[in-house]
Amino acid sequence: MASTLFRTIQIHPFLLYPTALFSRRNGVLYCTMKSSQTQTATQEKQQPPKVKVPQHALKKTVDKITKDYEAIIGIETHVQLSTLTKAFCSCPYNYGSQPNTSICPICMGLPGALPVLNSKVIEFAVKLGLALNCKLSLNSKFDRKQYFYPDLPKGYQISQFDIPIATGGYVDLDLPLEFGGGHRKFGITRVHMEEDAGKLLHSGNGDYSQEITSLTSIYSYFSKHTVDLNRAGVPLLEIVSEPDIRTGIEAAEYAAELQRVVRYLGISNGNMQEGSLRCDVNVSIRPVGQSEFGTKVEIKNLNSFSSINRAIDFEISRQALLHGQGQSDQIVQETRLWEEGAQKTVTMRKKEGLSDYRYFPEPDLPEVILTQEYVDSISNSLPELPEVKRRRYEKMGLSMQDVLFLANDMNVAEYFDATLSSGADIKLAANWIMGDIAAYMKNEKLSINDIKLTPQELAELIASIKSGTISGKIGKEILSELLAKGGTVKGLIEEKDLIQAS
Amino acid sequence: MLSTIQPPRYLSRFPLRGRTKSRPFQSLSSAQPVTKTSFAADQSQILSIRDSLLNRHLSAVELTHSYLDRLKQTEPHINCFLHVSDPDKVLKQAQDIDDKIERNEEVGPLAGVLVAIKDNICTADMPSTGGSYILEGYRPPFDATAVKRLKDLGAIVVGKTNLDEFGMGSTTEASAFKVTANPWDLSRVPGGSSGGSAASVSARQCVVSLGSDTGGSVRQPASFCGVVGLKPTYGRVSRFGLMAYASSLDVIGCFGSSVADTGILLHAISGHDSLDATSSKREVPDFTSQFTSASSLKSRPLEGLRVGLIRETVDAGVDSGVKSAIEGAATHLEQLGCVLKEVSLPSFSLGLPAYYILASSESSSNLSRYDGVRYGNQASSDELNALYEESRAKGFGSEVKMRILMGTYALSAGYYDAYYKRAQQVSFLLQ
Repeated sequence: MASTLFRTIQIHPFLLYPTALFSRRNGVLYCTMKSSQTQTATQEKQQPPKVKVPQHALKKTVDKITKDYEAIIGIETHVQLSTLTKAFCSCPYNYGSQPNTSICPICMGLPGALPVLNSKVIEFAVKLGLALNCKLSLNSKFDRKQYFYPDLPKGYQISQFDIPIATGGYVDLDLPLEFGGGHRKFGITRVHMEEDAGKLLHSGNGDYSQEITSLTSIYSYFSKHTVDLNRAGVPLLEIVSEPDIRTGIEAAEYAAELQRVVRYLGISNGNMQEGSLRCDVNVSIRPVGQSEFGTKVEIKNLNSFSSINRAIDFEISRQALLHGQGQSDQIVQETRLWEEGAQKTVTMRKKEGLSDYRYFPEPDLPEVILTQEYVDSISNSLPELPEVKRRRYEKMGLSMQDVLFLANDMNVAEYFDATLSSGADIKLAANWIMGDIAAYMKNEKLSINDIKLTPQELAELIASIKSGTISGKIGKEILSELLAKGGTVKGLIEEKDLIQAS
Repeated sequence: MLSTIQPPRYLSRFPLRGRTKSRPFQSLSSAQPVTKTSFAADQSQILSIRDSLLNRHLSAVELTHSYLDRLKQTEPHINCFLHVSDPDKVLKQAQDIDDKIERNEEVGPLAGVLVAIKDNICTADMPSTGGSYILEGYRPPFDATAVKRLKDLGAIVVGKTNLDEFGMGSTTEASAFKVTANPWDLSRVPGGSSGGSAASVSARQCVVSLGSDTGGSVRQPASFCGVVGLKPTYGRVSRFGLMAYASSLDVIGCFGSSVADTGILLHAISGHDSLDATSSKREVPDFTSQFTSASSLKSRPLEGLRVGLIRETVDAGVDSGVKSAIEGAATHLEQLGCVLKEVSLPSFSLGLPAYYILASSESSSNLSRYDGVRYGNQASSDELNALYEESRAKGFGSEVKMRILMGTYALSAGYYDAYYKRAQQVSFLLQ
């Protein structure tokens, strides 16, 4: 079984295959080392952490030092769109399918093949642009971003360069109470459309490579690496934030809010484990009061919100310590990887100036022209978005904790709203959903869409208790039946003769 | 003006075989035309073939035999083809057409028409190399839209023609595989890059052929080989299946031995294609209904037409031979009734430098996919960059490398505005 690696982020726990990772990153891709011997040696050399401070002392020192510094954080997020077909061809994409089973001449980049834009990509981009309060470019275009890599079939990625489809927006969010709470507004620099690359698979050992070497020379690079192009050409939206974020938790909440927004919009499943939502984070620190930015470091391989949080906090501490030790020159512009097992970031590659992607307008695709009517029609069809929902729930008198719980999951929010529209009391409905129903879902590992209890019956149950028809205790008994088997409150009351004697 | 261009004298050594001696189509022209057009079939090989087949004067198999024999005889001298179709398969297709005609079933308007395809246009059942070593032996899994349309109309693909590698050149000498001769004088080049397609029509190895034109690659070899070359407007013909050289300029074009044939061919391949987002949605007029028989023309048939003669094309710097040919054409047009007016296009001189910047820039990008990873010749290396470098160093010829380098330079940070952007502004200006 080969480990699966991504250019921007790695999804499977790579610690099981650290050699594979470093040999490619250092030996093949970015350095000039030739033999695998050197690669292993270098890799071992790189393993010890650069900041050597005893763990118990670290926390105290860090807390003290970090107070003097302010972190500047910006995030680039890639959202994989859940369109039926890829961005420029009619291949479907299903995560986890057999390698190279969902490919065609177009997404394989065969000679003579041409891209034709899937109009859903534009629709989804407009939806997200509007949801993030952006200004839409009525005339935008696609550009080619050029670099060589085996998972990039055409030798260029179709992307948007100088005229992204959406610019200058913001996202609102509320921090959870356990992290101090509070409302935040983070700027969105731009949203642009592009295509995903394939995956380069490394055969570490055994059967995989044997199968390949029967077809390829053993001296070939491809006796050890294979390419899966299923993901090549899958549409992405890249969302670039302003450098407004200051802490790990803010960054994690920003990413979580983006996930909520794309799920509310129905444009992506937003699943971080599958790589449908990937975040690359830029972190720099500067002494409090200083206006110019410090040297920025990019962190990749962030597979969960908590790893975003912890990676950033680690990185801030690392940089603060270096500052504190008078070694701020050790902070260099580089890409670092978050190691989940070791809970630290390590150097992946140093940047030697900017890469030249030689962008130029994609001549195979016409310009993207949006009419105001089209934008308006999409704007009118947008669902209620998380922020609006939270503010509405807040106005209903719910506590922020309840608001965040209910609005977090779109399906829970819909269930709650449906229960209210059946006439249920707000506070009681919230309590039932967050209490007994949530507990049942957790135990049974079900989502709210899987439970048999309809919002209408929940409203009926609440009303029955409120009116005194049944007691709260009996209500709970009925609830567990309704959750598991369905049915109606009235039916169960009659069946079991449960009417409270008054 | 509309008369069929005669084949080169040199080819008289290789007569066409057929029921009717050396020139089967001419002698059949007295047959009742089957098409509704008043245009006489003697103006067009394609219409003549259709008449002959439908009137049972000639079978598709006989016709195919005559072309294949001629191809076999002439090919060692001219070298038009990088791949010749299996004669048995070609004859089988001809037999199918004959069978259909025998059963009085409908056959396509191009039934039995032998067509040659430039090798940078993809064909599913035969190699398509683009004249490049990097694609040696490559067989695409699909037909280019233009080829598919021709096949759907009954045409038979006789082979893949030689070209300058990926269309970059104007002599067909930059092919990785062979040098094509000019059928009129074997010591001379046929022009290029569609030299094989032009020469094959000129040598009557096929009835018509497809080429591609980015900066003259149909028009120039057509003139070198004495055939009609038609470069359609960009977007008229789908580029799907044409190996991209400069995407914003590439067009698939037509070669024939008469204006009528190229017109019929263009009509067959024109029109919007859902696989090419740059193909035009504009309706395709029926070019063929506008043909007029030469015999029915009045003495000054172009009376009332005004023609601009671009001053810059006959200015200093233009070869005297070219200049006199242009002047000769101008005189001829005047004799046909045109009014010639000299006009000046001051931006004319900007065209060529802009073309070279845009074409090289786009080609540097379009040729990135030839990296040896998924198809084509791959260098043996266990190191990724070496694999790329060696595959491309060995796979591409020097002309292609030069253009990739020029284009990469023009698109590089710091040079983009000075080169690519300005060239694009010129392009908008000239459009």
